Amino acid sequence: MAGGWRHARHLIVLALVVAAGLGAFLILRGAVVPAGFGKLGHYRAGAIDDNRRRPVSFAGQATCADCHDKQVEARSKGKHRIVSCEACHGPQARHADDPEKLKPVLPDTAILCRRCHEKDPAKPAHFPQVASTDHSGGAACNACHQPHAPKM
Amino acid sequence: MDVSRREMLAGAAKFLVLGFAAEAAADVPLAAPAQLPAYDPSQHWWGMTIDIDLCIGCGNCVRACSAENGVPDGYFRTWVERYHVKSGDQEHPKVESPDGAIKGFPPSTETNEKAFYVPKLCNHCETSPCVQVCPVGATFESPDGVVLVDTTYCLGCRYCIQACPYGCRYIHPERHTVDKCSLCYHRITQGLTTACCEACPTGARKLADLKNPKDPVHAFLRDNKVQVLKPHMATRSKTFYKDLDGSVR
Repeated sequence: MAGGWRHARHLIVLALVVAAGLGAFLILRGAVVPAGFGKLGHYRAGAIDDNRRRPVSFAGQATCADCHDKQVEARSKGKHRIVSCEACHGPQARHADDPEKLKPVLPDTAILCRRCHEKDPAKPAHFPQVASTDHSGGAACNACHQPHAPKM
Repeated sequence: MDVSRREMLAGAAKFLVLGFAAEAAADVPLAAPAQLPAYDPSQHWWGMTIDIDLCIGCGNCVRACSAENGVPDGYFRTWVERYHVKSGDQEHPKVESPDGAIKGFPPSTETNEKAFYVPKLCNHCETSPCVQVCPVGATFESPDGVVLVDTTYCLGCRYCIQACPYGCRYIHPERHTVDKCSLCYHRITQGLTTACCEACPTGARKLADLKNPKDPVHAFLRDNKVQVLKPHMATRSKTFYKDLDGSVR
């Protein structure tokens, strides 16, 4: 009987070692694997909201249209009707947040217009393009063209 | 923050403590949206359509992306390439993208060659190689089909950069973690379009919700000759190009 107990002790020690190892593994795993990992897939579920939790720079066309009726109206009749306000005026979310304090700077037409309308064989042939030096000799585009409703 | 996590994983016990302190801090919302707007990812499946025949190479998308996402100088989440193809030499196009086209393109001097612009970005593949190779699950496809990065968990090992067939990823020079197009996830989950689509003056780029039966993407895919980049890679790309030339790589 005493011999039997001696052998059983080996098993108990082995079981304790395995249990301690398992415990250490679980504690370490709990400490290293972040919360929510594996909930939706092989990634931390909270990373989705981390990606959402960022401020925007572009307010969006609907926000611009909330206040600037005149410009929206002018634009809706011209060739630039599908061009959003912020395509030319740049990101304006901060202006939309505080319209009185943060006024947008008017874009420089010498750079702005040419980016789209400077002649380039890689541009689609149906897109209106000019070689600006021949076309205006360096005069400002908005001396002749009204950017919100350009006419040819 | 991310450095401490990498070092933590390298085994330094004191960084273990720092790493957890950093993770708790990351849970504090940024100044802008205190409350996230309601959004059900199961109702969306995001992608993008690009009409080559409308792209004028103005670079508005590149500038908009940079402003919206704070993309560091010299790095690009989206960029525009200009292709020149000599007659009959589809295999050897000349491709240029000066500074990602963030300032547009200088007028081309080539006149007798086929030439066109190709905007590029993360293709938000359904079976994405980058997601498959990430050893820690720091890059993943969200339930609504957007390939995102968990910057608090990325080791900066660069496997995903090697795996991406489209060259859409880079290591952020300050954070030392991977960075890429998030399809403006912070915008599209609150009903806005992406910054690049908002700024595109010709409508060449359009955000597409493939789960929305009323989205114009369905007509776009039905009525046009549409192609994805590198279809032989079987990545199930969700960036669909109309009028894409066979020379585009």
